[in-house]
Formats: sequence, C-alpha cells, structure tokens
Amino acid sequence: MITFLFAASVVLVTLLLIIELWQESALPRHKFGLHFFVTQVWDPIAGQFGALPFIYGTLITATVSLVIAVPLGIGAAIFLAELAPARLSDALEFFIDLLAAVPSVIYGLLGVFIVVPLMRDYVQPALKNTLGFLPLFSGPAYGIGFLTAGIVLAIMVIPYIISVSREVLMSVPRDQREAALGLGSTRWESTWNVVVPFARTGIMGSIFLALARALGETMAVTMVIGNTPTISASLFSPGYSIAAVIANEFTEATGDLYLQALIELGLVLFLLTFLLNGLARLLIVMTSQRGSGTAHA
Amino acid sequence: MHASVRPAVSLNITPSQTGAIGREPLAPLPMRMNISKVNFFYGPKQVLFDISAGVAANKVTALIGPSGCGKSTLLRTLNRMHETVRNARLEGEIALDGQSILAQDVTQLRRRVGMVFQRPNPFPKSIFDNVAYGLRINGSKLPIGEAVEKSLRHAALWDEVKEHLHKSAYELSGGQQQRLCIARALAVEPEVLLLDEPCSALDPISTAKIEELLVRLKDLCTIVTVTHNMQQAARISDFTAFLLTGQLIEFSPTPQLFTTPSDPRTEAYITGRFG
Amino acid sequence: MSGRLRWRKFVSGFMLTMTGVCALVAVSVLFFILGYLVYHGGKSISWSFVTKLPTPVGETGGGMANAIVGSAKLLLLASLMGVPIGFLGAIYLAEFSGSKVAFVVRYAADLLNGVPSIVIGIFAYSLVVLPFKHFSTVAGGFALGLMMIPITLRSTEEFLLAVPRALREAAMALGASKWKTIVTVIVPAAYRGILTAVLLAFARVAGETAPLLFTALGNRFWSPGWNQPTASLPAMIYAYALAPYDDWHRQAWAAGLVLLGLILVINIVARAILARGIAVPRA
Repeated sequence: MITFLFAASVVLVTLLLIIELWQESALPRHKFGLHFFVTQVWDPIAGQFGALPFIYGTLITATVSLVIAVPLGIGAAIFLAELAPARLSDALEFFIDLLAAVPSVIYGLLGVFIVVPLMRDYVQPALKNTLGFLPLFSGPAYGIGFLTAGIVLAIMVIPYIISVSREVLMSVPRDQREAALGLGSTRWESTWNVVVPFARTGIMGSIFLALARALGETMAVTMVIGNTPTISASLFSPGYSIAAVIANEFTEATGDLYLQALIELGLVLFLLTFLLNGLARLLIVMTSQRGSGTAHA
Repeated sequence: MHASVRPAVSLNITPSQTGAIGREPLAPLPMRMNISKVNFFYGPKQVLFDISAGVAANKVTALIGPSGCGKSTLLRTLNRMHETVRNARLEGEIALDGQSILAQDVTQLRRRVGMVFQRPNPFPKSIFDNVAYGLRINGSKLPIGEAVEKSLRHAALWDEVKEHLHKSAYELSGGQQQRLCIARALAVEPEVLLLDEPCSALDPISTAKIEELLVRLKDLCTIVTVTHNMQQAARISDFTAFLLTGQLIEFSPTPQLFTTPSDPRTEAYITGRFG
Repeated sequence: MSGRLRWRKFVSGFMLTMTGVCALVAVSVLFFILGYLVYHGGKSISWSFVTKLPTPVGETGGGMANAIVGSAKLLLLASLMGVPIGFLGAIYLAEFSGSKVAFVVRYAADLLNGVPSIVIGIFAYSLVVLPFKHFSTVAGGFALGLMMIPITLRSTEEFLLAVPRALREAAMALGASKWKTIVTVIVPAAYRGILTAVLLAFARVAGETAPLLFTALGNRFWSPGWNQPTASLPAMIYAYALAPYDDWHRQAWAAGLVLLGLILVINIVARAILARGIAVPRA
C-alpha cells in the first residue's frame, strides 16, 4: 500500500539519522574514546577536542533556566488550574501557548538587545553588590554569559511547564480537593498538600520536557552566551553550549576530525534529549492513568 | 464531642410530628445543628426551598428522596462545601451549637463538621498519612501515632491495617478505602459527620460493615447521611427527612416515617410508586 | 481564631497571591515581546524593506526581499515533503496498520520530533550537502521538511482516529471501498483538525534557524533556482542582530516583526479553525 511506504519512510529516515550521526563521528570516537567527555581543551588548531566545556555550559544554562522557570511555571499553573475562573484560565492559556510558538531567533533578538543590557547595567551589578562574595556571582560582568543564557532559556521553557502542569492539575479528581477542604485545610494547604502531590508525576514530566527543550536550544543561547569554551564557577562568565558550538563552528570546521568532533557533540545532544523526552512522556502518561482509576479492588 | 449543647429547639419541626391524634408530643432532644429557612440557588436557579430542620445530637439523621431532590445539596451546606462552586448562593441560617456557621471561619467549621464522600477518595499517601493529614495541619492533642490508631479503631479498620500502615491507601479494597476515609474524617474529632451516599459505590458486605459502624459512631458524634437506599435509612437512622424537588416534605423519627407517613408524597416514595 | 489558624490563613492568602503573580509574570513576557517588536520593528518597516535587496555592507537602507522569498521557497519545499508524508503516513496509521507497526512508526515520529533542530541540520548536511558538495535551498527545505513530518503525522492521526466509527460503518454499509471511505468520508470529517495540524507545523518550521545554518546557509542576493544557498528570514535576523551596524539592528527588528507576525497569525488562525469545532462531533 502506498500509505505504508510513507509511514515506513518515517521510520527509515529516523534510523538513517541515527546511523549518520554514528558513522560521521567515527574519527573522534576512535581517537579520543571516552576521554572526549572529560577533556577540557577545545583546540582545533592542535587537533585537541574535548567536550567538557560544552557539556558544562549546556548543563549550567539548563539548570539556571529550570531554577527560574520551575517555581514560576508551577506557580502559574496552580493559579490557572485552581484559582482562576474558567474563562480567564483559558484565555491566559491561549496566550501562553502563543509564547511557545515564538521562534528561538526572536528570543535571541530580545536577548541581545534587551536582556543583555539589562543584565550588564542593572542586574549583574546588583547581584555583585549583594551576593558578590559567592563564587557564583564573581568576576567581570559584561551582560552575556551563563546567567543571561539561563534567563533567556527560562523564558522559553516556561510555557511548556505551565501548559502541561495546568492540564495535569486540572485532571486531579475534584473530590481530592474537597476531602482536604472538608478536613479543615486552607485553600493553599489543600492545593499544596493534596492536589499538587496527586499530579506530581505529570508535573515532573513537564519539567523533563522543559529540560529537553533547554538542552537542545541553539539560537537564543548562542546569541547571548558569549561563545567561549570556558568552564567557570561564575555565572557571569561567558561560556559555550553544545548546540551553540555546532552552530558557530560547523561551517568553519577544517578537516575531518574537527567536523566529526562537532558531529559527535551532536550525537551526545541527541542522546541526552532522547532520554529526557522518553522519560517525560512516560511520566505524563503515568499521571493520566492515575487520575482516571485510583481504587484497586 | 463538646459537652455544651443547647437544647434550643425541640424536635417538633414539622406539624406532622405533634398534629397526629393519639401521639404524644416527644420530649425535646438536644439539637446539634439547626437549619432555618434555607433557600439555595445555583445562579438564577433555585434548588432548595425554605428548608427548616434540626439535627439531633448524637443521633443518625438520614436524608432521602429521588435523584435531584436536593438532598446532597442540603448536606453540603452544612459544612459550607457549596462555597467551592462559583455560582452557589445560600440564603437563610444554619447554626452549629447555636452559633451561625456562616459567620464563623470556614476552616475551623470544617474541622468540627466532617465529610465522607460518595466514592472513596483517599489521598495518594500511605494509610497512616491519610489519617494523620487532618491532625498534622490542625494540630493534635494526642501524639499522632496514638490519634491515628484511635481513629482507625473507631472506623473498625485497625485490625486489618495495623501491620500495613505505611502502604499506599490505594492498595486497600473499596470498602476498606471508604472506612479509611471515615477514619480520616474522625481523626480531627468532629462534632458532626456528614456522609454523602457513603455506600453507593460499595459491595453489599462492605455496605453492611459501614452501616454497622455508623450506628456505633453515634456515641462519638452526630451523623447526617444522604442515602438513595430507603432500606438503609430505615435500618440505621433515628430520624429521616424526605425531600422532593428541593422541598422538605416530611421529617420524622424513622419508624414513624416509614410505617405511618403523614404526607401522601412520602408514602408514594417509600412504597416505590416513583423513585 | 487561634494564632496557629491565623498564620495558616495568612500563608494561604500569601501563597495563592504569589501564584497569581507568577501567572502575571509569564503572560507579561509575551506582551513585552510583542510590544518591543512592534515598537522597534514598526519603526523600520516600509515597502522598500519588503521589496529591496540588502545593500552592500556598511551602506544603510536596503531590505529583506530576498530573505522573504527565500523563506517562502524553503517553506514550500518543506511542505511538499512534510505534508504528504505526514498526511499519508497518518492515514496508514489510522486506517490500515496493525498495532505493532503503528507503535514503531509512532515511536519513530516522536523520536524525530524530539531531535534538536541543530542535529537535524547536521543530518541534512551529511545527506544533501556533502554528496553534492554545495549548500542549497533543497538541503534547507529537506531539513525543514524533516521537522514538519512528525508534527503533521501525529496530529493528523489523532484527528482521523477521532472520527466516529459510526461514520465509517455507514459508508462501508453503503458499499464504499476502504479507500473511498477514507477519501470521501473520513478525511473530510477530520479536515479541520488536519488543516490545523499542517498550519501549526508550518508555523513551527517557519521560525527555525538552526537547521538552515549549514544547509541553505544564507545569501545577500537573490538565489534563483533550488541549488544555491538562499537567504531566509530567521537566518538574516540572526546575522543582522549580531552585526556591528545599528542600521542592521534596525532591520533585524523589522524582520523579527514580520516573522513573528506571520507565525502568530498562523497560530491564531489555526486555533480558531479548531475552536469552531471539528467537522464531526467526537464520539
């Protein structure tokens, strides 16, 4: 059947993608093996390629983004699911879905012209003055760097956390909340101690989804992170992420080893997001099953 | 559980009580709660019309009537649970021990008037934590472990779960979960316990266990239960109120309502002419 | 009221207000983005911007006509690839497949969906650019098409499956063959959802930059045909935003406004179509 061919082509193309990534990264894999992941040096001229700065940058920016986005996102989702009247909740959800549709490069644009100056002129000096003794906030502050990238990423992933969390919170059976209220809980206690724990796995799923997006994000990050392969404890330091280095150096890569090292980085990124997305979907499915049939015989 | 009860109103709530010839007027019983001229609306639609009744202390009062008559709605006003619905509006007065419940803080009220729901709804926590929940947020006079055991014993569930307190509540059977919900409600030592068709989702054996339990719980607190099962009402309750399309048709001691109802509509309902 | 209760009620009120603040912050960001784009971009938009080519480096003025056309060509290619595969593949999944095959196909689609766009770019590079030894519009279209496939496939499948059995059975009882049923009954019944799916997929890839960085690359001039590198809106925004010229920054804002405007309009239209109800009420 013709339709079978089209469906099969999807599987084929996906398989081909994995195969290409694997094959086209053969050189560095054989040359560096597992050392690739712990070497800090990225020196194309000397032929030394280590993934550590990029893994570090990717993880740090993702962590910063989650630290900001998770409390804000869950808080907003609670508001939308528990407090807001239905029409307001739907209207706000509509806008939040639109936020999710804004392309990465636009966030990058805003990052470069709005967030970076804000960071450089207000936020970073303020942080230095108050918390400058911490290694996290030490060093020169130019507006770009891990913190800025993390903030831009946070803005990008918040819509995912909000919309999935809102949905799972709304699917918690009504009588859970009523049972808590009936025992003399305040509204917050019933929400936080009963409804949210009930939706716990789905909310975790939304966080993994957000994390997967943050890890793979290219444009916005590369426009504000500084693009230097540095590992530093300071959030003000410029850095690099896996996606950003691929974006910047791919077309300039001289020699097969260089190019293939970048492809190997792509493979790493692929595996990371693959795992996270899989986990996320599992968790979200688990919650929806829980909500519909709780009592076992 | 409080000693101070004001016998504010006698049980002569409806004319049928004393009006019948040959019946002696009953001695007034202490009332735990009083409902007076209650009208209830969902938005523009009125669902309860001018209801007045007294809930006798330490007795079981049953609310019966066909689907949609308003019995659950009435039950839910007693702990102000109707306030969780946006368009709900209550007019009239409801008092607990002489004090208006509408003027009190709702969180405090709900500790004194507990509720068990139609379908068992334990929290996604362990058996122990379910019962302990109310104690933890409200504070407890006894150490929590003791208080939990006490409640589970009152709910006739202790022996079955004492070895498994830290297992998830969802591993219990339906009947056990409902008894757990009763234990959970009892843990905060309410004066009144409201039950909304507590056995409708359960098998006959579990139902029998819970009915037995409710009769014994009278000593601890006042019980008000909604039921669509007339035989159940006849079995366990001391007083029965019959509602029809939002009106209180008859409210009498149970034996009287079921054997010699004073209103023809009551008689029609209990003889099964409509349901 | 006891002190403890007073405190609990205070905490309750406070935390619930904070959740409202969170929601406000989240939504404000959107309005902030839009506001800035409209403000900065609006200042620079003009007819010449849309119709002229970029001027030589250093000169002011000029426009993004080639980027707009380039994006259009890329999206056309992407749709030609993504829509048929997604659509017909979904028909296979919904109507013909057994559950094991369906599982594999769906899994592959979800996997493909989750691949970061830069990795899609790498794949397209090794498949289309390397063998032919040059960057091209075709390569870019291929990359974008790849991204469209899973979105179209899964959504279309969902809408096809939502068509009630009763409809299929009615058609077949009248003697229609499987294919006829699909073409004349099921697809028309699900058309709103399918259209929405295609539109949303389109909007999604319209804004993608990363996959184009090493496939279509970029071009400061027109790129006739399909075998040359081409400019595109997202790529130009990226390049211009990072350039040292104020005039280019201005143009980046304008292009950003055009791009975002397009994407938001498509999104709103798609949701409006869906909100008017799918053609047949779900079973």
